Amino acid sequence: MSLKLSIVTPETVAFADQVDSVVLPGFDGELGVLESHVPLVTNLQPGELVFRKSGKEVHLAVGEGFVEITQHEVNVLADLAIEEEGIQEDMVEKALQSAQKALEDKGADHTPEEVAALQASIAKSLAQLKVKRRRRSV
Amino acid sequence: MANLRDLRRRIKSVKNTAQITKAMQLVAASKMKRAQDQAVSGRPYAEALNKVLNKLKTRAEDLEHPLLEQREGERELLLVVNTDKGLCGGLNTNLLRKTLSEAGPETRFVTVGTKLRTTLARLKKDLQADFQIKDPVQFSDAKAVARFVTDQYLEGQVDRVRVAFTNFVSTLTQVPVVETLLPISPLALGKPKDFDMAATRPAPVDAADKFVTGGDYSYLYEPDPASVLVALLPQYINYTFYQMVLEARASEHSSRMVAMKNATDNAKQLIKDLTLEYNKARQAAITSELLEIATAQMAIS
Repeated sequence: MSLKLSIVTPETVAFADQVDSVVLPGFDGELGVLESHVPLVTNLQPGELVFRKSGKEVHLAVGEGFVEITQHEVNVLADLAIEEEGIQEDMVEKALQSAQKALEDKGADHTPEEVAALQASIAKSLAQLKVKRRRRSV
Repeated sequence: MANLRDLRRRIKSVKNTAQITKAMQLVAASKMKRAQDQAVSGRPYAEALNKVLNKLKTRAEDLEHPLLEQREGERELLLVVNTDKGLCGGLNTNLLRKTLSEAGPETRFVTVGTKLRTTLARLKKDLQADFQIKDPVQFSDAKAVARFVTDQYLEGQVDRVRVAFTNFVSTLTQVPVVETLLPISPLALGKPKDFDMAATRPAPVDAADKFVTGGDYSYLYEPDPASVLVALLPQYINYTFYQMVLEARASEHSSRMVAMKNATDNAKQLIKDLTLEYNKARQAAITSELLEIATAQMAIS
């Protein structure tokens, strides 16, 4: 019996299938999960999640959340989950830069809501870029 | 004769209006469906979150955290989730009435949506910020708002955060409500919300089964139950607020749909009345013309 991985976001169930192994960004560092793992609940850092299914590796960008691991199941709850193929690096890069620039530019006369929106957008872009970049450097 | 032309013109313009309202009605109907579906597709997340929160709650009793602490003060932040566009019946009016009846003199306001922002500004209320949440609702948008109010709360700017929004009961009924977002009541933690429209529907089978893992494992918590719970609290807030926004959106669209349906019906009735009048006037014109011809002929012979 293999491991069942489900990745759930508030908007949708992003992924649910049998996989061979999962590597996820846990509370203190990366956490590799195989079948018959000890039941564990831990926080998830925004970063990269990798799972292996019949020899193929799939990389996803995940936001903050938590993960619940039982012997045969891995339930990931994150506020964001995007497959690597879906990330367009230059677009994300551009979004990140414009958000950072906007945040620095006007400085004091930003309304609080603008700052909050920009920070959220920056965090999202960073998580996506992290996945893209890391993959290439390996 | 001029009368006939006027009538024709009016009929045409009412017909155009009816076409527009009919189109808006259909658009609102599909948007309402989408908002409802969105709430339902968030259900697995809510269930998993609630399950873990429930387990953690028993493991981490007597937890003290600023987000859980009931404060004495009277300073309150009221987050008003209203609409960006009008033409949705009495939705915003009802929400405003509820909001004002709940608000004290010290209350600060944060709005989502432009309609009540202008109204509250005109009433000279203490407006702190205004957010825009696009349609369809993105979780990241809701998160930005939730994080903003959480920060305000943690900085000690306010002692309480409540949210005024319109609860979607059914297509015909939407009720304005004010719910407490912060501090989190430990009792309510991990329970389904009573305003949750998804909870009242029968769950799709696979989604419901997904997280009901058999048996109560003795989980390991990394680093420990209390820290995991503390890290989960902001996410709980984000999700709760996201749900409220979805409720408000579904209400907006269903209310607009009903308003537009009434408008279309009224326009149709008006067209009917005007057509009747038009035909009467036309016949009267024909009759009088005939009479003229007949009279002229009699005078000659």
